Amino acid sequence: MTKTSTISNAPFDVETIRRDFPILNRKVNGQPLVYFDNAATGQTPQQVIDVIVDYYSRYNANIHRGVHSLSQEATDAYEQARIKIQKHFNAAQPKEIILTAGTTHGINLVANGFTHFLQQGDEVLLSAMEHHSNIVPWQMLCERTGATLKIIPMTLKGELEMDAFAKALSPKTKLVFVNHVSNALGTINPIKKIIDAAHEVGAAVLVDGAQAAPHIKADVQALDVDFYVVSAHKMCGPTGVGILYGKASWLEKLPPYQGGGEMIDQVTFEKTTYAGLPHKFEAGTPNICGGIATGAAIDYLNAIGFDTLAAYEAELLEYGTEQLSKIEGLKIYGEAAEKTAVISFNVGNLHPYDIGTLLDKMGIAVRTGHHCAQPIMDFFKIPGTVRASFAFYNTKAEIDALVQGVQRAVNMLS
Amino acid sequence: MSKIEEIQEEIVEEFSMFDDWMQRYEYMIELGKSLPLIDEQYKTDEYIIKGCQSKVWVHANMEEDKVVFTADSDAIITKGIIAILIRAFSHQHPQDIIDADTHFIDEIGLKEHLSPTRANGLVSMIKQLKLYAVAYRTQVN
Repeated sequence: MTKTSTISNAPFDVETIRRDFPILNRKVNGQPLVYFDNAATGQTPQQVIDVIVDYYSRYNANIHRGVHSLSQEATDAYEQARIKIQKHFNAAQPKEIILTAGTTHGINLVANGFTHFLQQGDEVLLSAMEHHSNIVPWQMLCERTGATLKIIPMTLKGELEMDAFAKALSPKTKLVFVNHVSNALGTINPIKKIIDAAHEVGAAVLVDGAQAAPHIKADVQALDVDFYVVSAHKMCGPTGVGILYGKASWLEKLPPYQGGGEMIDQVTFEKTTYAGLPHKFEAGTPNICGGIATGAAIDYLNAIGFDTLAAYEAELLEYGTEQLSKIEGLKIYGEAAEKTAVISFNVGNLHPYDIGTLLDKMGIAVRTGHHCAQPIMDFFKIPGTVRASFAFYNTKAEIDALVQGVQRAVNMLS
Repeated sequence: MSKIEEIQEEIVEEFSMFDDWMQRYEYMIELGKSLPLIDEQYKTDEYIIKGCQSKVWVHANMEEDKVVFTADSDAIITKGIIAILIRAFSHQHPQDIIDADTHFIDEIGLKEHLSPTRANGLVSMIKQLKLYAVAYRTQVN
């Protein structure tokens, strides 16, 4: 029996929401789980789990090619999910939504395609607060093409230096890459300003929306962004599914990323012609169930409403910042005026790994280390941070548990 | 029973006196703090054991026919773990180090640190200590 949403139009009640997430009832090391690693992966509500079970129980079949009923049902559900995603991000047409294996896959698809459009003397701009997935593919692209990678610097508060960005732009700039929200700092970047300025010099912009998607509803047409990439697992969906939005005009120009089934028009041993969008970029059997479940995850988030969950998360961020700041010697990294509910911190000279290990023994899941964003840690001259990232299903009582846990860990380690 | 096995038994017995994880970790932190530190000149990339999160430096030399280890880490829990390993393995014959198992890690409640996904690299630490022993065995022979 599929669980229907109980939350639509109801006032936000975190206890009701929490009942949708079975994992939140489990214990870790004998303690009730406090899950504060949402920036790494979000938890999955029963409504999405039910869709996954339903798919494999009732209509598991390959899509697009089968004439039998199961294949038709699976194809319909998969393409319906694409339309849900299109509407959610306000893309102009469904074919601008490419279903990928994740954010990293989407970035690599675009980086690979741009090999044909860059040459020596061209420049690409990258923000100083990117994680490795939005650095390495561009470095590889520059190595292939001879283009130069330039960095948009940031301030100690963790905000991009927009003046330096404006100065770095020139007719040589062909591409700009920036995350919508920083995974390590929580900073919300002024992407609309960045996109507009980049377009003035004729550069294309790819925004990594992986960290923004669970908190902010991006309107790709209003932003006028060229490419926007996200991962489903950070927004209540399954792992192994990503979304690449690309303007049709760009996607038509980019060559296919991988060859295989589904992406072809006609194949002969002499020559192959390619399918149109979006299939040109979807070689092979996709993660069919994952795509359908991603549609369900988007329905789930929209039933709560992004304004509602963002307001609640802002409350958690304010409360968490206030409470954690009471711990002597605690320093927060990332103090941008605009940020999502991420608190990255260290206490005195204690190693983040030690604090994270002890918190785990208390059932509290946080991320420690460099968060796959080593340049940010180098910037602050630290080995890493403890990062608590909140979601709408977290509570102030859990933040209290974290604060007590950190204090207890500090007492043990000092 | 080999000398290393005896020390392992001792460590297991010490840890068995603690009722809960907190006391065990407190003890381990104490052990970490009392670890004889590696000479500063060896805290370089050449002596580092790469884990994902914390750094560990290990140096070995031979005193007569025994291997002597010193180590340090930037994280105190990791330092506690390497301190326990060194207590068992240091001042031992290379062959005994090579042959030693490390069941005591499991028995003192640190099993989770043995998992390859744990970032502290305990498995790498054991491997590195044994590699030093292998290198010095040829010297002894």
